[in-house]
Amino acid sequence: MTVLRVPINRSLPLRAVPVLLVVALVVAAVISVSPEVRARVVSRPLDVVAFLVVVIAIVAFWSIPSDLAKRLKRNPLSITGFTIIALFVIVATLAPVLAPPTSRDPYLIPHEGFAPDPQPPRAGHPLGTTGRQFDIFYGIVWGTRTSFRVALFVVAISTTVGLILGSVAGYYGGRLDEIVMRVTDIFLAFPGLVLAVVVTAVLGKGLDKVMIAIAIVGWPTYARLLRGEILSVKQRDYVEAARAMGGGDLRIIFRHVIPNSIYPFLVVAAFDMGVVVLVAAALSFLGLGAEFGYADWGQLINMSRSWILGVPGNPFIYWYTVVFPGTVIFLFVLGWNLLGDAFRDILDPRLRGQT
Amino acid sequence: MTAFVGRRLILLPVVAFGVTVLIFALLQFLSPDQRASLYVTDPRQFDRIDSIIRAHGLDKPVHIQYWNWLKELAHGNFGWSKTASMRVSEAIGAFFPNTLELTIYMFIPIILIGLWLGTKAAVHRDRFADHFSRFFAISLRGLPSFVWGLIVLMLFYGWLNWFPPGRLSLDADLYVRSDQFRTYTRLLTVDALLNGQVWIFLDALRHMAGPILTLVLVEMALLVRITRSSMLEVLRQDYVRTARAKGLAESVVIMKHARRNALIPVITLSSLLFVGLLGGVVLAETIFNYPGIGKWGAEAAVQLDVPAVTGFGMFIALVTVLGNLAADILYAAVDPRIRVQ
Repeated sequence: MTVLRVPINRSLPLRAVPVLLVVALVVAAVISVSPEVRARVVSRPLDVVAFLVVVIAIVAFWSIPSDLAKRLKRNPLSITGFTIIALFVIVATLAPVLAPPTSRDPYLIPHEGFAPDPQPPRAGHPLGTTGRQFDIFYGIVWGTRTSFRVALFVVAISTTVGLILGSVAGYYGGRLDEIVMRVTDIFLAFPGLVLAVVVTAVLGKGLDKVMIAIAIVGWPTYARLLRGEILSVKQRDYVEAARAMGGGDLRIIFRHVIPNSIYPFLVVAAFDMGVVVLVAAALSFLGLGAEFGYADWGQLINMSRSWILGVPGNPFIYWYTVVFPGTVIFLFVLGWNLLGDAFRDILDPRLRGQT
Repeated sequence: MTAFVGRRLILLPVVAFGVTVLIFALLQFLSPDQRASLYVTDPRQFDRIDSIIRAHGLDKPVHIQYWNWLKELAHGNFGWSKTASMRVSEAIGAFFPNTLELTIYMFIPIILIGLWLGTKAAVHRDRFADHFSRFFAISLRGLPSFVWGLIVLMLFYGWLNWFPPGRLSLDADLYVRSDQFRTYTRLLTVDALLNGQVWIFLDALRHMAGPILTLVLVEMALLVRITRSSMLEVLRQDYVRTARAKGLAESVVIMKHARRNALIPVITLSSLLFVGLLGGVVLAETIFNYPGIGKWGAEAAVQLDVPAVTGFGMFIALVTVLGNLAADILYAAVDPRIRVQ
């Protein structure tokens, strides 16, 4: 784990201070110039504090000279990925300030009237409204929170299940291994989206059901990956040495085997953060995802789906209903992909330079 | 080779059995009323759901229910699909040829263009072709296929009117349904050519172009990346240097010595690609209103047409497993090292 160790004995270098100062100045300038912004900020002090904490954390990570940050900075693509995801994190923490909720449940997108056709961007609705007048900007901002929730929940569940079953199968081998692998075979016999469609159809609508469905689809990949790594690691001399010194199974698994086989697992988890959101958006797009009116990127596109062809003579009149939510999904997935690539290059020197 | 294929074949029924258990376990989340619809083979039977529950023992213990359900499946009775207004087995028979045809037409350009671009990138490493293909592959990886599909629909149907959604134009559809048109393979483009009707062939292709364009671009990125890294690996090998040293033309070295060996991982990937396409058609067919199995499955899921969704899921699983098996056999046939393991 030496790669991830941060030398704490060094203090925050002076480089970070100007960056933080500039951020603080910009924020202060915006607040003092616009009374509307000031009102929003004042009414939500906790969210603003959260935002400041996040900014400080990001800047600190970037400027404390850890090995991880140093390697991340070497590749422009990695920097791009880090920036994209950092921006999404900021939007998610600032959601109540950027798009103040009007109803009790902030995840329900507000809508004005029930006019069936989408309306173009205008004052009050900077990115336009979908069919039935749901505000696209609000949906995107709060959809960021939804996406992080879905991605974190699903990745946490599927990595945990994959970690337990994969390490047990790989370490003990034999019949147990055979059983676990055959079970993964069954789950991998479905294309991910198809199994997710079947599960959500049976479990019913709702974001929680979507998360369960995607977790069910996701864990076998982790189990197989970890098992494969462990199979090669457990024959190494240091595992043998630990056993010879009387280490118990649990101790060997957690102290010696897993730390040495976990890197590919972490890389796939980073990629998966994007993939999960993509699948969730696809399910919502098909009408199998969150409840109607819930802030969710896939649903935002689904809401104007029947208007997509525009009107005769003007096929692109409703472009904003696809382009804005579509770009956001694209950037989110791209960001995690680039970050996953960066982690792979950093954590696994064997794969360096292959794409 | 025989032992390898034999082991794979033994696993096939194990996986098939597991898939039925998985689906049955999912079905237990439903009420007996909803599950009874799995046994309905005719819409008129919906009036007597109670008697169906009793007749099929849906109030009995789980393992007996599972056994009864398996027996029904063995008789080809997957229930009645209200979305398609026909029996599930008939619906699969009606929709799957359309999807298969679509998948074949997607597969060919993905393999051809993907191999070409991947080889090009590896041979011209760190030059324009390489940077272009990498940029292309990276930017496509985040592209949601349904967003891209909607954009294709907007551009090529809404604006240019080149690739309309659906299966056939009205006049072609009338002709296909008439007695003059004979069905041989159920793959429409093939049948059209066998009937000597080139215009129907072209019309069918025109309607398939939208979904093809959508998924080809999205699924090709992975193939380009794998071909490139596999080619780079092979180009470093001693036998490639030997081939160059003995004075072979560079094109012969690349096509005969390097690419043939670089193709091995690509074959494994092609089964992954097939699985990806089967998932992707759900979205592409829905967007382009193409009457394939994916659109039917998605519609059935939205309308809670449980028999259709389970039948759809199990059928896709079967096709996926067979596709993977074919890839494994092909892999073993191409690479002798696999057979020994």
